[in-house]
Amino acid sequence: MLSIISPLMRLIEIPMLALQRLLGINRLAWVFLLPNLVLFGLFAFLPVILNFFYATSGSDNVMLADRPYVGARNFVTLMDCSSYLDPNTCREDKFWRAVWNTSWFVTLQVGFMVGFSLLTAIILNRDIRARGFFRSVFFFPVLLSPVVVALIWKWILQREGVMNAFLDWTGIGGYNWLVDAQWAFTWSVFISVWAHMGFYTLILLAGLQAIPRDVYEAATMDRASPWRTFRRITLPLLSPTMLVVLVLALIKGVQTFDEIYAFTGGGPGTATTFIIQYIYEEGFAGAPRLFGLAAAASLMVAIVLLILTLIQLWVNRRNADG
Amino acid sequence: MSRIFSFLTATRGKGRLHWTDWVSYGYLLFGVLLMFGPVVWLVLSSFKTPNELDRFPPRFLPYAQDVAEVEGFEEPLLLFTVTEGDLAGQIVAQTRRAAGRAEVVLPDDPENRIRMPAANLEAIEGIAFATENYTSLFERFNFLRFFWNSTFITVMATLIMLLVNSMAAFALSKYQFRGRTAVLLMVVGTLMIPQTVVLVPLFLITFELGMLNSLWGVIIPGAATPTGVFLLRQYMITIPDEILDAARMDKASEWKIFWRIIIPLSAPAIAVLAILAIMWRWNDFLWPLIVLTRSENFTLQLALNSFQGELQTDWPSLLAMTVLTLLPIAAVFMFLQKYIATGIASTGGK
Repeated sequence: MLSIISPLMRLIEIPMLALQRLLGINRLAWVFLLPNLVLFGLFAFLPVILNFFYATSGSDNVMLADRPYVGARNFVTLMDCSSYLDPNTCREDKFWRAVWNTSWFVTLQVGFMVGFSLLTAIILNRDIRARGFFRSVFFFPVLLSPVVVALIWKWILQREGVMNAFLDWTGIGGYNWLVDAQWAFTWSVFISVWAHMGFYTLILLAGLQAIPRDVYEAATMDRASPWRTFRRITLPLLSPTMLVVLVLALIKGVQTFDEIYAFTGGGPGTATTFIIQYIYEEGFAGAPRLFGLAAAASLMVAIVLLILTLIQLWVNRRNADG
Repeated sequence: MSRIFSFLTATRGKGRLHWTDWVSYGYLLFGVLLMFGPVVWLVLSSFKTPNELDRFPPRFLPYAQDVAEVEGFEEPLLLFTVTEGDLAGQIVAQTRRAAGRAEVVLPDDPENRIRMPAANLEAIEGIAFATENYTSLFERFNFLRFFWNSTFITVMATLIMLLVNSMAAFALSKYQFRGRTAVLLMVVGTLMIPQTVVLVPLFLITFELGMLNSLWGVIIPGAATPTGVFLLRQYMITIPDEILDAARMDKASEWKIFWRIIIPLSAPAIAVLAILAIMWRWNDFLWPLIVLTRSENFTLQLALNSFQGELQTDWPSLLAMTVLTLLPIAAVFMFLQKYIATGIASTGGK
């Protein structure tokens, strides 16, 4: 590999040296920045601007010049509901199902994930043997690809899978999990927590280990009960980390797509269809390709994520200062 | 409540194990089972024959029926133990079976064919790892193609990302120029634009650049990451400026300083970013799903997803393919675990 790269780098040096003579050292910085900025511009900022054009235009044509301007019609279509609480009364009922599914999913997933990550981190922070081993065990699923996670659990939960065999053996009896809307949703929350909790455990564990030991020693001197120590010392001192974890989990949760799409395909029916899947299906999977609706829905997700990211940056800054 | 927390927060019980230690170890062992169990089950299942996979309830280890080469027969014959009749207890090889009756021979006496009810035969089984699931991937599917696509995307995207991001990080950490703050703000700005919310215009741009249904369409749009720039810049700031000045005295060009000094000195940060990039790209799903629609361009992830969606799920092949897909990541994990943990904890990204 190096034998290809080294000559390449020497080759780049020739024009770079010429530019250095031409521009001077400090302005050369822009040359170093250029590739990155072009990529950011082309694949991040330009799309954001174009997204507004898509959201306010109709037809299934991807070329912007061929798309008639329709004003806010896409948004009106998405928001056309008698009652927002009941997707059946909405014109674009699939969108609202996705919105509600995502809301429920994020609430449950983030709740369970932060809870279990905290529990696991606290246990790993105790004076236990083989901590490194246990830590990597909980972390391992984080590295698995979403499709692999989905297939592993699909194989376990299929009708004649090992889960049903176990339940038969205990006498409870098996079940065809993924054809039942509520169970499919429950298992979706489960596999998502299973796959990602190691990541948050790692962050929380780092937060716990940053709490100075002498604070605990002082508490022991004062004969504080363990519960009191936890409430008065651990929780307050961990709260900046908890906030980071919470916001990060929310940002990722809203964008959940891969593993659930491979796991249930969004079904049965629309029971596990989330908002990103809605965007994907309107824009890319279905016919006609409703780019306008997809872009309008993207814009709404973007606003939610923007707010969350701003909170995240604010939290990071506050933690860095404090 | 107070008791639960006393076990969660207590440190070492002096001398012998406190009951809270037992509960902690219990929880952790359950964790091992829950986190590793499914993967172990997947790997074991991938070595089972189709017959064994259909079996319910399943057995833990892969079994296969023993076979023997018998003179006069081209194919190896299945072995059985006879449970009833004259031959009870003997091992026989089955030559034919139809309508509940079987024709068997004694392995030593292949000329003499004996007929008996199939119910009197009990299969002789041993633990056997069926590798056919794996070999058939190469024969029946375009597996090497998918593997190559995934590898090509991962390697190229990682290299390009490392180069582009480290160049930007170098400029932002080692040069004083007007507009630096603006550029930094711009990098922060891209943090707020995840790919998932600009899919439609991204699709158009990729299309206009002629990269649709090409591996480059997956590689290029994600090549610059704000995470990478920040991670590398944070590290490069700690490299003393005096080293650069000394090199400039020796008339080294800026590019040479970047390539010969900054890059080698930033190796730890670059290693962390490289591992993250490999992981991101190998596991990437949504964007390849949109860009690559022809099956010869599929990555492993897309191939896995499309095979499982077929009407009759071919579990034997699917399981083997899943194992091969997670293998490279598992290998990376085993060897570079420490870096991964630090990398993820310091960037907050995965």
